[in-house]
Amino acid sequence: MVDRRSPLAGLAGAAPSIPAARLVALPPCARVVLRTAAVLDLPIVQDINRAVVAGGVASLRLGPDEWLILAPDAGPIFAAASGHAAAVVDVSHRQVAIEIAGPRAAEVLNGHCALDLGAAFPPGMCTRTLLGKAEIVLWRTGADEFHLEVGRSFAPYVWQCLEEGRREHA
Amino acid sequence: MSFRTPTGGRIDRNRVLNFTFDGRAYTGHHGDTLASALLAKGVHLMGRSFKYHRPRGVLAAGIEEPNALVHVDRGGGRDAPNLRATQVELYEGLVARSQNRSPSLAFDLGAVAGLLSRFLPAGFYYKTFMWPASFWKRLYEPAIRAAAGLGRAPTAADPDRYLHRYAHCDVLIVGAGPAGLTAARAAAATGQRVMICDEQPELGGSLRDEPGAVIGGRASAAWLAAATTDLASRGNVTVLTRATAFGWYPDNLIGIAERVTDHIAMPDPNLPRERLWQVRASEVIIATGAHERPLVFPDNDRPGIMLAGAARAFLHRHGVLPGRRAVVATACDSAYAAALDLHAAGVTIAAIADLRANPTGAAIEAARAAGIPVRTGCAITGSTGRLRVTGALLGSDWVACDTILMSAGWTPSLHLQSQSRGKLRFDAATASFLPMAQPGQRSVGACAGEFDLAAILGVPVSGAISPNGSHTGLVPGASAKRAFVDFQNDVTARDLALATQEGFRSIEHVKRYTTTGMATDQGKTSNINALAIVAGQLGNTIPEVGLTTFRPPYSPVTFGTIAGASRGDLFDPERRAPMHDWAAAHGAVFEDVGTWKRAWYFPRGRETMHDAVARECRAVRNAVGIFDASTLGKIEVVGPDAAEFLNRLYTNSWKKLGVGRCRYGLMLSEAGFVWDDGVVGRIAEDRFHVTTTTGGAARVLNHMEDYLQTEFPELLVWLTSTTEQWAVIAVQGPDARALIAPLVAGIDLSPEAFPHMSIREGTICGVPTRLFRVSFTGELGFEINVPAEYGPAVWEALMAQEAPTRSPTPYGTEAMHVLRAEKGFVIVGQETDGTVTPDDLGLSGMIARSKPDFVGKRSLRRPDMVVANRKQLVGLLTEKPDDLLEEGAQIVEDPRQPIPMRMIGHVTSSYPSATLGRSIAMALVEGGRARMGSTLYVPMPGQDITVRVVEPIFYDRTGARLDG
Repeated sequence: MVDRRSPLAGLAGAAPSIPAARLVALPPCARVVLRTAAVLDLPIVQDINRAVVAGGVASLRLGPDEWLILAPDAGPIFAAASGHAAAVVDVSHRQVAIEIAGPRAAEVLNGHCALDLGAAFPPGMCTRTLLGKAEIVLWRTGADEFHLEVGRSFAPYVWQCLEEGRREHA
Repeated sequence: MSFRTPTGGRIDRNRVLNFTFDGRAYTGHHGDTLASALLAKGVHLMGRSFKYHRPRGVLAAGIEEPNALVHVDRGGGRDAPNLRATQVELYEGLVARSQNRSPSLAFDLGAVAGLLSRFLPAGFYYKTFMWPASFWKRLYEPAIRAAAGLGRAPTAADPDRYLHRYAHCDVLIVGAGPAGLTAARAAAATGQRVMICDEQPELGGSLRDEPGAVIGGRASAAWLAAATTDLASRGNVTVLTRATAFGWYPDNLIGIAERVTDHIAMPDPNLPRERLWQVRASEVIIATGAHERPLVFPDNDRPGIMLAGAARAFLHRHGVLPGRRAVVATACDSAYAAALDLHAAGVTIAAIADLRANPTGAAIEAARAAGIPVRTGCAITGSTGRLRVTGALLGSDWVACDTILMSAGWTPSLHLQSQSRGKLRFDAATASFLPMAQPGQRSVGACAGEFDLAAILGVPVSGAISPNGSHTGLVPGASAKRAFVDFQNDVTARDLALATQEGFRSIEHVKRYTTTGMATDQGKTSNINALAIVAGQLGNTIPEVGLTTFRPPYSPVTFGTIAGASRGDLFDPERRAPMHDWAAAHGAVFEDVGTWKRAWYFPRGRETMHDAVARECRAVRNAVGIFDASTLGKIEVVGPDAAEFLNRLYTNSWKKLGVGRCRYGLMLSEAGFVWDDGVVGRIAEDRFHVTTTTGGAARVLNHMEDYLQTEFPELLVWLTSTTEQWAVIAVQGPDARALIAPLVAGIDLSPEAFPHMSIREGTICGVPTRLFRVSFTGELGFEINVPAEYGPAVWEALMAQEAPTRSPTPYGTEAMHVLRAEKGFVIVGQETDGTVTPDDLGLSGMIARSKPDFVGKRSLRRPDMVVANRKQLVGLLTEKPDDLLEEGAQIVEDPRQPIPMRMIGHVTSSYPSATLGRSIAMALVEGGRARMGSTLYVPMPGQDITVRVVEPIFYDRTGARLDG
């Protein structure tokens, strides 16, 4: 098997250490878009715009019939949807994950993202939104921690936007 | 000679700062502005006026300053014109220049305009330079631009960084004077999210100019310090200083420009110079205060004439005196406060000339008690002096002075409220427009007409003088000549009168004709005086004349702030395909396709583009080429009704397409025109892999989603963009199969098992692949889809193949275009322009007429869609094989016909073909298919190119090469 190459490899390697807003390229995982109105035998989140991690599988409900699932393996999701009116599509390589964390993380995101990241966006909330000119999925994993899902060709742009924004906290 | 007081002011007298103005060295103190530091040295002359080049000094002490506009140069491209000297904070080494003068401020050749002022009235541009029209561009406009104007725009790239910040809050308070601070503290106490911004370096606003006030038993400075500390200590309050709320946008979105480093001599390079805040507030409390009005009298603009409140601000903030001997001309009590404070500081007040016949109250009593001569019912009607005022004409009496302080009263700052489309009412008593509350906003303090400190703060206040009294328009008995109303735009009372005499009635027209209230100043000091003069001329009242609309920005905002980080690499996302780095490392020249960078061609050595493309094309035709097709749009269409959905979206039929087979699909808009095309593969009964054009990916997904949600909601099918999931490597040429065979597992590549237009799943280099057997070149071809992050390694493995074939030749988008044109394959967006039907392209066979419906079907039957002489796709061969047509060139039947010729079509694609040894072209031509074999002409500069109409296919008409 040949090697994987992340679009962020170069940028992540050269990133300065800024504890107030740490920027991390997260390792690969299986990503699946699940679209269905049916109830599947899967431990996935039911609240809209919320994410839940269960058994190492993160499910993000992005729409009434739409989930993004991050898992070690996509197989069980395909299996659970089999026989249902559902669409399961592997998008493991479509996007990459970036984490930004630290006391200034929300501020840095708000340099490019117009969402209210105060109490209106508590830990566990997720949504599709814009960061600058790039579409992202933004998931607040903790009070000061955010997980971003970014289209692979937009990842360097998003990374550099965040890098530019967190520089003043160096 | 120093005009600095021995004590007092909010400056740090232990920190001496060096700076230069027009090349001359000066010193000031930390806490000074450029204006206060120059005033401390007795320098009033800081600018030349816009039109007449009249010498001008400082009029105001803050953002409303119309005269003292300077250019600050930090070197290295860091220079900014048109900064108000009253806002430029002093730092060590500051370099500032005056503007709009030549050769110097004291001797300005442009001042000849002042002598000609009777020939330069309002609207003189319109009157004088009417004709000949051709002179406007060449002569009039350049000359006017050189003579009139503000500073010079920097030419070097701006090296500074700028950032944006979005923020939300429950309450945003604009302005941190006494009213703003009081509102902020009240809001903060409720626990809400509060933001307060102020354009000054510190909080306090006008309260800083009231050191003698006692607020609830405390000195005003102590009250202010406590309020500042209180707000800073609260976790729910964000305080922004040096931050100007410049614009109001829908739904309480406020634009705030924060100047982060302009006041710092050596700023941290990690800090942005400025930050644009876009704040969405549930409630906005406007506490923007008021601007003092000048008195309008002849020669009211000489250096040394300033607003009374400004003199007071310079005294109390910076410990600076405006002069030694002042005349105070007023219609408002607040000027008495200035006179008293300056008197106490040692300035001789030669006279207070009060327009009012019988002013009464504590202020007047105090002035008289202090021994200041007070003349009531006394109008100022002139001044003397050239570079500095030397006297004031009070009635018929010339009074010597070096300073005139004036006040016609205060104008509430309505700019933000007006921008929000807030309603106003006119208060005749104060001659002011006052804001009315709107949902989600209210105005407090002076901007709402409330000037009484005790009322604003809600506690007893002593030692402060309320600004009672006001006057609007020309001073009674004064001439309108050289009586300036709008100092920044050089508009006089006479200009306004002239405009009304010439028939202008609407204040909006008067504004445009005279330019009063326009430009960066936005009428801060001039508006009400201008309205009063116009109203007087028209015999109307001010409310009948109405107020002009204030426009954002309230004060100028730099382009850098507006752009923020969106410059250079971050101006737009630059999308790179998975194999981009390999292509870059191997010398590819890239072209922009939408936001993508695509490898255009791969020159070797000294090859020209033409040579490289020819070599790449020959390699594909004779051996094998390799091409990064990853940018093709991809959509996974999944669900029980997937085939039915495609059947409704595309013109052709999908229900009978077998699993593992592909089909070329054509998609129309509702109007029946070609919208997109691409190959679709059936992965499973309920799963299709749809491809779109590179540029069409997002548009096609939106189009599909639109129909799915609004027209076909009953279908059980879902759409997922997979463009970025797959790296796509096209391997094309007779040796394609031999090249990939050693690397592929789990797929029988034989022509029988894997025919043209098929798709198989297996592995390549050990990673999963969706392998398409398709061809956009006419050669045997495969498109290897692998998960994107494996793309580079698979590409490199293919490049490393040496047996049984030679390694493949990488080719770019240009060779791809040539190869497909040789085969007559259309590109949507090149052969089509949104008005082309399938039949126009010769693709009527793609239309499944038996289907009950598909998007665009009905439109295809409209009469205009079926007429015989529609433009149809044809091939063109030039008479001379080396002639290359220009894409977009027009086609005619007879090149000798008179101009304008009747154009019957245009060239859509044209290339030199190395394979054919000649040029080829495609074109859309009226009734083109009926013209096969005929001769047409393409008129070009210097020659008419003769072309023959042929079938739009130039190579391998039978398609024999598809099987290798």
